[in-house]
Amino acid sequence: MKPAPFRYHRARSTEDATRLLAELGADAKVIAGGQSLVAMMNYRLARPAHLVDIGGLRALDHLHRDADGGLHIGALTTHHTVETAPPGVLEPGFGVLRRAMRWIGHLPIRTRGTVGGSLAHADATAEWCLLAVALGAELVAEGPHGRRRIRAEDFFFGYYTTALDPGELLVEAVFPRPAPHAALTEFAERHGDFAIVAAAIDLDAEDGSVRGGRVALGGVAPATVRVPEAEAVLAGGGTFAECAAAAADASDPPGDANGSPEYRRHLIRTLVRRACEEAMSP
Amino acid sequence: MTDLQLMTLDVNGEEHEVVAESRRTLVDVLRHDLRLTGTHVGCEHGICGACTVLVDDRPVRACLMFAAQAEGTRIRTVESLSQGTGECELSDLQRAFSEHHGLQCGFCTPGFLMLAEGFLAERPDASKEEIREVVAANLCRCTGYQTIVEAIDDCAAARRRAGKEN
Repeated sequence: MKPAPFRYHRARSTEDATRLLAELGADAKVIAGGQSLVAMMNYRLARPAHLVDIGGLRALDHLHRDADGGLHIGALTTHHTVETAPPGVLEPGFGVLRRAMRWIGHLPIRTRGTVGGSLAHADATAEWCLLAVALGAELVAEGPHGRRRIRAEDFFFGYYTTALDPGELLVEAVFPRPAPHAALTEFAERHGDFAIVAAAIDLDAEDGSVRGGRVALGGVAPATVRVPEAEAVLAGGGTFAECAAAAADASDPPGDANGSPEYRRHLIRTLVRRACEEAMSP
Repeated sequence: MTDLQLMTLDVNGEEHEVVAESRRTLVDVLRHDLRLTGTHVGCEHGICGACTVLVDDRPVRACLMFAAQAEGTRIRTVESLSQGTGECELSDLQRAFSEHHGLQCGFCTPGFLMLAEGFLAERPDASKEEIREVVAANLCRCTGYQTIVEAIDDCAAARRRAGKEN
């Protein structure tokens, strides 16, 4: 279908964008790459009265390491930019991000879709939401009162709901420490579809032995979640299979047309184990 | 509420001034305002890929982009492929699709052509497996994809050979 009418506003700077958002109120939506929002507007699942286009804010399109080895990704960086980043930027330490990009839709989606848009849209199975939670990212929001950092695990509240205030703009994701033993994997009926269940793991390992790790799941709750029960198994020296079983036991996934709760628990067991093994393979 | 936008769009190397509602997607402006009907529109929610065009040389879904967002970019549609090739009107990629029977009804073809054009420009050495992976982005209900993959692979190989000779 065709989207409902709206007023289009082009932001000239991040200050301009936050000013517009404050002025226009709750009926305004930010548009970056638009790969989720335009589809929802074409379906008329979303009917914002105003769109604030931040696509021209080139300052938000960047990808670089800081002196401490952390990785900063500007909100307007596309998935394709991450996928094709020069080796020195991601490797060593963040190869997991490059590898995870192939799970996101298809090439023509990745050329437009942005990291910030994906995080702010907050689909529970979105790859960036899982990566941010598993790798302990901090999300930088800019609002009328300046900037603040929000931990990824405190950012996702529920279905498409985040800690961002209505007047705030997500400007950057910061991955504070390298994740050399991390992996993301998922299952969908067709490649490129939304995952039924997705799992991301960041293991704390040295010389082949695992000391602990972080486990994130999507498709099992309204938001992307960490699974402390599964992380406790890793910290306690349990096997990957035990970790995966703990993740399945601790989850109370929904049942819908894509799969029953039992089926999703089966996927959790399979995918968590697979992600752990992939994280440890060189 | 009608929100009209005056926009300047660079399509196939030509500047066009368009006045259109801000809710017009890029594919609708291309087809209805610029009468470039080579780009097809299928699902209108980013699944089928029939509307694929190049924006700044990269393949994108023209149904998932408002035309206003495309201001300041270079847009290329399927109409651009055959330009400047003299008597033989089709481009090498189009000829490869024809020779390999990479189409039957042809509805999806403009999208596949622009997808392949953008992909090969970035990855001229793409393997057949990579081509197979990339064309999964678009839907074709006639061919079963095999002939499309062969057409793109053959075109890429011919371009590589031509590159070596020069």
